[in-house]
Amino acid sequence: MKKLSFILLIAIIGVCSAQNPKAEGGSFALMNATIHTVTNGTLENSNLLIKDGKIARIGELGSLGADVKKIDCSGLHVFPGMIDSGTSLGLVEVSSVDRTDDSREIGNVIPHMKALTAVNPNSALIPVTRVSGVTTVLTVPEGGLFPGQAALINLHGYTPDQMSAGFSAAVMNFPSSGKRGWWDRRSDEEIEKETRENMKELADIWTKVEQYHELDSIKANGGTSVSMDYYPEMKALLPVYRKEVPLMIEVNKEKDIRKALEWVEETGVRAILTGVEEGFRVADEIAEAGIPVIVGPTLSTPARDYDRYDRPYTNPSDLMEAGVKVAIRTSEAENVRNLPYNAGFAAAYGMTEEEAFKAISIIPAELFQVSDKLGSLEEGKQATLFISTGHPFETSTDVEHVFINGWKIPMQSRHTELYEEFLQRSPGLEK
Amino acid sequence: MKKQLIFIMILQFVVVSIWAQTKKGEVLIKNATVITITDGTKENTDVYIKDGKISKIGTDLSASSNATVVDATGQYVMPGIIDAHSHIALDAVNEATSPVTAQVWVGDALDPFDVSIYRALAGGVTISHAMHGSANAIGGQNETIKHRWGTVKMDDLRMEGAPRTIKFALGENPTRVHGAGNNIVPRTRMGVEQVFRRAFSEAKEYMESWDEYNANKNKRGYKGMAPEYDLQKEVVADILRGEIIVHCHSYRADEILMLMDVFKDYGVEKLVFQHVNEGFKVAPELAEFGAGASVFADWWAYKFEVYYSTAYNAAILTKNGVTTSINSDSGELIRHLYHEAAKTQKYGDLSDDEALKLITLNPAKQLGIDDRVGSLEVGKDGDVVIFKNHPLSIYAVPQMTFVDGVKYFDISDDQDDMRIYVDPSEDIDVMRSRTEHEKCMANAEWFLTN
Repeated sequence: MKKLSFILLIAIIGVCSAQNPKAEGGSFALMNATIHTVTNGTLENSNLLIKDGKIARIGELGSLGADVKKIDCSGLHVFPGMIDSGTSLGLVEVSSVDRTDDSREIGNVIPHMKALTAVNPNSALIPVTRVSGVTTVLTVPEGGLFPGQAALINLHGYTPDQMSAGFSAAVMNFPSSGKRGWWDRRSDEEIEKETRENMKELADIWTKVEQYHELDSIKANGGTSVSMDYYPEMKALLPVYRKEVPLMIEVNKEKDIRKALEWVEETGVRAILTGVEEGFRVADEIAEAGIPVIVGPTLSTPARDYDRYDRPYTNPSDLMEAGVKVAIRTSEAENVRNLPYNAGFAAAYGMTEEEAFKAISIIPAELFQVSDKLGSLEEGKQATLFISTGHPFETSTDVEHVFINGWKIPMQSRHTELYEEFLQRSPGLEK
Repeated sequence: MKKQLIFIMILQFVVVSIWAQTKKGEVLIKNATVITITDGTKENTDVYIKDGKISKIGTDLSASSNATVVDATGQYVMPGIIDAHSHIALDAVNEATSPVTAQVWVGDALDPFDVSIYRALAGGVTISHAMHGSANAIGGQNETIKHRWGTVKMDDLRMEGAPRTIKFALGENPTRVHGAGNNIVPRTRMGVEQVFRRAFSEAKEYMESWDEYNANKNKRGYKGMAPEYDLQKEVVADILRGEIIVHCHSYRADEILMLMDVFKDYGVEKLVFQHVNEGFKVAPELAEFGAGASVFADWWAYKFEVYYSTAYNAAILTKNGVTTSINSDSGELIRHLYHEAAKTQKYGDLSDDEALKLITLNPAKQLGIDDRVGSLEVGKDGDVVIFKNHPLSIYAVPQMTFVDGVKYFDISDDQDDMRIYVDPSEDIDVMRSRTEHEKCMANAEWFLTN
């Protein structure tokens, strides 16, 4: 009988582990950890209580209820979840298979397209990302002049709404006068013509938004009873025009950055510059304009053959030293997990470790207006954090646990599952 | 006979004089932490390179007054990093016109002006395997190059004496280019196998008919004629003779097994799989065959055939006894292969030595040059790199890179513009952004967009 129940027990364990593990809810006490708060220094040998999805307390926790699950974090470190300020995670599954790429809709001016709509909560890429401690990403549509609205998502949830971290913003690809890659076969003349046309289109659109704003204002004040036609593009750009939300402007080339700064000054929009590959050439002007930037990937080749080999590594620190607020992104989908290394290279080439970590935590939280919830370890903020054996910039560091909104995330992904199955394959060579 | 001897002597003279043209340096690196790869890591140790070769490793070494002396106190010295899969320093990558193009050779299209060479040096890479692309099942021959930046002669880049290698390719790239693009075999993985079997069989017949002719041509009464010379078949025959190492672009487990079966049937043994994202699934078979695996640290999901892969690939392969390296296939990754190797500590907990072998001794073995490079041993080439901080730390920064004892990168003497040739027709206002996956498909872009 004993033997039978043992066999049964084994069978039950077998069945349980065959299922996809679920995230675990409830209250958790992280005991005796080194807590990297980001905003209030580092606390040695301290504790952190997770309750109702939030960081309920940091420090002495007093007596804990029986329902609180204790996790011994001696020798371990707690960091706020890392935030990637520019990805296509959730929109793109296999980039070379068109049917799995929802990042590019048809149309040059389509600011009403919402990335959140097309986020696939069941993407295999999401678990691969979050087990590395990247808990939150901005997922960004790509394409023409106004390709749609980026969405900030937490990497846990069964619906886009559950994943939403409460921020979205229109994206603009500032007319570029550069080539896009080795496959870009446009001639210099064609590029120039396209840039010119896009600048003209931008001017036309802004005139229209201006008019739409006036009509909308008149209507709001009861100045007319005439109803306005369905015009989703204008409706989407209106809050940008009115400076209620930021506009994310992708711009990389020195000359283009200068033009973008002029355009921002003329229109007065609340801009965040993204990409900013040649930011180091225009750092003082960007600082003077008081515009924050999202740079990256840091791990990329210099854009021009005549640039120093380490320009992409030093770009974040060059901008920061000029006085620009800098966040770092990967521009990745499947390898968003390399975010700490993109920040790490910025740290190896000029930033301090703390500054580089801020560029993937509190600074993006501020840029995306969620610093009351994310980006640092403070009482009252969301319990979105990770526990690791060391600093996440080092590849020798293992991430042991991840919490998103207080949910303890299973530390499993396609990559770990294949490792477990194939490290010692069974059967091996024999049939 | 005498004529032949004279010819050989002249040939030797020519070859030797070409070799002699590349510079050899003398340098003494003092008080470093020396990571030898094959003989442990030694604190406070000197490395002395003379005439381009490692002459001594020890303490309190002295050198002649000609030697450059570098105080590397607090720094790390390791063998120059070797990239077993790259397309830098090439003017052309893909002869994407036929499923079999064994006759072409990227060594005819070396580009010593490619600034990527300097950027690779700045990442501590001294040798790269300049490969033909993966558009064809049997692509062109590759060239193993040393990063002797500053030369305008393409011959100076060649690693003299390195074995010949050739590129093969399986899966989506050849089937997309030839099957989907040109409506010829192969459109499927079935077709890819038959391309190899046909090429090997025809080369075998060709080889045998030449062997027969050569054995009999001087015999009295022999009436046979010389077979028609065919360079493509000559090259494939050399593969059958074991004179060329095959480096095969591959992803899926089934196609990896297929190629090993084909090779067994034709008695070909020298085989390294490139990318080989699903190599971990057939690690025991790879180990049994003795095939090498040259992998990405963490690239996956950029095409369907790498959707079911894992960043633990290098660790699984290593722990199953497969000679494994980490490559770049990219002008970007080649700049930080030390960081790519370091990722195997996150994905599979490899030791420092195991991780560093992936970018030194193991790629050297895969290229057949491990008797010359890949570790710091007396008598080996003076290809070394000096790092600030341990090379597997995120804070590792290459300080100096030497090839044959000659310094080609020095962070303290790094100019803004390191080009050695400026194209007057280049519009300097055009910049490229984005790093692409698989430089392998360069020059085959027509097939990507049509």
